[in-house]
Amino acid sequence: MKILIVGCGRVGSGLALRYGAEGHTVNVIDELQEAADNLGGDFKGKFFKGVGLDIEILKRAGIEDCDICVVATDGDNTNLVVAQIAREQFKAPCVVVRVFDPNRADFYSKRGFNVVCPVNLTIGAMHEAICQANQEVS
Amino acid sequence: MRLFVLIVGGGKVGTNLARSMIEEGYEVALVENQRHKYEDLDREFGYAAIFGDGTETRVLEKAGITRSDYVVAVTGDDEDNLIISQLARDKYAVHNVIARVNDPRNQATFDMLGIKPTVSNVSAIRALVEHHLPHHHLLSLLDFEEENVEMVELVVAESSKVVGRKIKDLQLPPSMLLVLIFREHEVVIPSGDIELRADDNLIIIMEKGSGSLLSTLMDEH
Repeated sequence: MKILIVGCGRVGSGLALRYGAEGHTVNVIDELQEAADNLGGDFKGKFFKGVGLDIEILKRAGIEDCDICVVATDGDNTNLVVAQIAREQFKAPCVVVRVFDPNRADFYSKRGFNVVCPVNLTIGAMHEAICQANQEVS
Repeated sequence: MRLFVLIVGGGKVGTNLARSMIEEGYEVALVENQRHKYEDLDREFGYAAIFGDGTETRVLEKAGITRSDYVVAVTGDDEDNLIISQLARDKYAVHNVIARVNDPRNQATFDMLGIKPTVSNVSAIRALVEHHLPHHHLLSLLDFEEENVEMVELVVAESSKVVGRKIKDLQLPPSMLLVLIFREHEVVIPSGDIELRADDNLIIIMEKGSGSLLSTLMDEH
């Protein structure tokens, strides 16, 4: 599969390495050249320096024919705009977007976006961990 | 009842806009997320200044978005302005949303997502400059995107080969129509026997992308 990842922080680079190791074609975009260091020397995909709102960079990184587009920069609004460009303008078949703010995550997932909200996930995981630890105590 | 204008972004544009709207008698709320800027705004605007990230729904709600007549998104970040506009329009059903485009390259994204009207300092100034460019330069007046037609203006240069020629002898292609001539302070309705003069302002309707063809027709001798 062809996978485009916008944002090469811990999450973006981690996914890139995983899909790369599985033999998929992976392109990664980040506005900082240093972010490429997160991929290490063995990464077989391509790294593009640029911002995700830049249509030319998105095209060069293959947004027109990617199977999956993952958007995980550190800015919620950047992510939401890039996800909309991917879905509305380039008709990317699968778009997954990270949004920290639960309210915006909720609003855009109701509009049909595949939103991953780390805050909500952490709250759920914390709650479960607390329940378990509490049971062990009592 | 006073109209309520919610402005997001307390930079130069937002601050000056807030000041002038208040002078005009509007009720204003101004949202700014940088502490040091907010403190200045608080001193000038008092309770109308609101501290917080204007892309967060609870900040927008605290600022009164549910009862706002206008939402104006004028931060320095285009993605923030886009999301603020979408939330205002689609989550809070605000009828009048105005967004600032900082980088004109992002205009297409605003258009694609149906965020309008937009205002861009750069595009506005560029249009003014282009209006004063001499000769041959086509100024786009109106763009009928879906019909693939545009209306352009150009000035006949002194050296142009069309000077002194009749309109019927110009051999304009069928994709082009000369609809109006501004000559000194008069308006001339074009007809075949009218001769073109230097400095005539021609208003032409044509198929989009015919600019270079038109330039060739208007070229020097």
